[in-house]
Amino acid sequence: MTELLKVNKLATYFNTESGLVKAVDGVSYYIDEQEIVGIVGESGCGKSVSQLSVMQLIRPPGKIAGGEVIFEGRNLLRYEPNGPEMRTVRGGKIAMIFQEPMTSLNPVLTIGYQLTEMLVLHLKMDDKSARERAIELLGLVGIPSATNRLDDYPHQFSGGMRQRVMIAMGLSCNPRILIADEPTTALDVTTQAQLLELMKNMVEQFRASLVIVTHNLGVVARYAQRIYIMYAGRIVESGTTKDIFGKPMHPYTIGLLKCIPRLDEEEGRKLVPIEGLPPNLIGMPNTCAFLPRCDQKMEICHNQPWPSLAQIEKEHYVACYVHNKEKTGEPAAK
Amino acid sequence: MNQPQNNNILDIQDLKMYFPVTRGLLRRKVADVKAVDGVSFHLKRGETLGLVGESGCGKTTVGRCILRLYKPTSGKILFENEDISSYPSKKLRSVRSNISLIFQDPYSSLDPRQSAGSIVGEPLKIHQWVLNKTEYKERVEQLFRLVGLDPGMTNRFPHEFSGGQRQRIGVARALACEPSLIICDEPISALDVSIQAQIINLLEELQEGIKGLTYLFIAHDLSVVKHISDRVAVMYLGRIVEITRSRELYDNPLHPYTKALLSAIPIADPFVEEQRERIILKGEVPSPLNPPPGCSFHPRCVMAIPECSQAVPPLREIGGEHQVACIRV
Repeated sequence: MTELLKVNKLATYFNTESGLVKAVDGVSYYIDEQEIVGIVGESGCGKSVSQLSVMQLIRPPGKIAGGEVIFEGRNLLRYEPNGPEMRTVRGGKIAMIFQEPMTSLNPVLTIGYQLTEMLVLHLKMDDKSARERAIELLGLVGIPSATNRLDDYPHQFSGGMRQRVMIAMGLSCNPRILIADEPTTALDVTTQAQLLELMKNMVEQFRASLVIVTHNLGVVARYAQRIYIMYAGRIVESGTTKDIFGKPMHPYTIGLLKCIPRLDEEEGRKLVPIEGLPPNLIGMPNTCAFLPRCDQKMEICHNQPWPSLAQIEKEHYVACYVHNKEKTGEPAAK
Repeated sequence: MNQPQNNNILDIQDLKMYFPVTRGLLRRKVADVKAVDGVSFHLKRGETLGLVGESGCGKTTVGRCILRLYKPTSGKILFENEDISSYPSKKLRSVRSNISLIFQDPYSSLDPRQSAGSIVGEPLKIHQWVLNKTEYKERVEQLFRLVGLDPGMTNRFPHEFSGGQRQRIGVARALACEPSLIICDEPISALDVSIQAQIINLLEELQEGIKGLTYLFIAHDLSVVKHISDRVAVMYLGRIVEITRSRELYDNPLHPYTKALLSAIPIADPFVEEQRERIILKGEVPSPLNPPPGCSFHPRCVMAIPECSQAVPPLREIGGEHQVACIRV
């Protein structure tokens, strides 16, 4: 498989009144063609901000402070956020689905208008063929009697149906990458399963790659081929799904797996919570951000800066002194 | 309150809660939303019963009926063998010191202008649980320690606490008057993954430490519910479709909806996930305003036969505390 997107040392900072927040601090990853990648972390770890940065959707006081986003051989960060190059990529080549299907659709415009707008803009379709394509897309994502529903407003759809519309919208211009930011968090369990399955089938059919941003380890275990675990603005571990779940190495990854209840667990299993709280991103020390909560900390962790990702196996990288006392490597490079 | 004759702290019999839908200037009643439509179950002293279902299935309404925040349309709620379903509000106050509630959102369920100590202590004052200020102060500090908060923080305000700590304040408030039953309504769904385990463990430890403390644990996340509960009741559109021991629920689910619900929840283990059968339900939950006739699940059910739309299947015992409402089982 060939590499489709490569993010190098991406840094996005927010200059707030209380101080500089390094929401994303030197994140590198790649996405192959037709691959499903999971980005996992708790709230505030920078998983969403990293994706918004790729799309250049960061607004002040946020600022992309450095790094590069290589897509189809071009560094997207060299383009103006509102320039013509970026606008063909955003929504056209890379599409995004947001968490809240209630707020990401415009309530005063019909579904049909919002769907055809993209087709006319990106694919230069005329109104009639755009409408036909929109009906086709709504049918593909499982909206019954799509012809009649095209002129309905978002409030006439249920939450699950709205997210289906969002998926149709995301796929409308045959994107190469679909980024789904917590796509099912606001929805019911069985609807979540329906939509994730739909997204998986759709990206296969459209030969696109899918990035699932989530806090739910179960979702990535089921769907992703590779996973990046983020903590406090950095990637702390990456690898194939089987690497991450079979041989988790970073204390944070291990902690996450120990603290979630599992349907197939033995009766009487005790959850082991990760002590303490996620760090405040303002005025972070130079050392590993997980240090205060870590149960494997060593002398070196207190003295040395946050370790960079080091290769353990072919695809498996971890940023922790327990595992890479000497080894160093190019972070998450192929 | 009378001494209980049996071991059930709570017995719900054919509980119905209909909300009227009105229209027009005269607010004529045009329909009923059958939020809870004939629910029966019991809670044994000291156990945890999980109540799961998707939004709109009536699980929260059941919890609120037990607290008598709503007056049920019909049915009986026997708490310590007394039917509280038609108690007048004066008499309810004494009941409410024995049943308390932990809310979902630790941000909106605490008064931002009240100090943490006074939030926790308010039930003590209302129910006249303490005699004087010294006792009050001691009890509040004791409650703080019980939930793992520093008693020195009683004078702080909710915004000074993290989400997990706020939920601990919520738990302390619920425990204030030593209730025998706590209704936990989605107590962890607003918290971060690594914090959820802290609250789950706290609730489990409290139950081990306080004899007879009973939980009704309402949530949509079946893996959490299964972890904390001794028995689990699965609700769909205002009715219980299956109720059984939590181990049995995973090993031997019988109702097609339970099976679909279990299969919809991914397990954080790709090696297990490879082997699992995935049942993807068609369609969405119908409106409780106009539920399908007969078994309300039949339009989405893979096992449905014409008889399913004829009559509401009763919840039948099939042995080993396992009850299921399906004619195909």
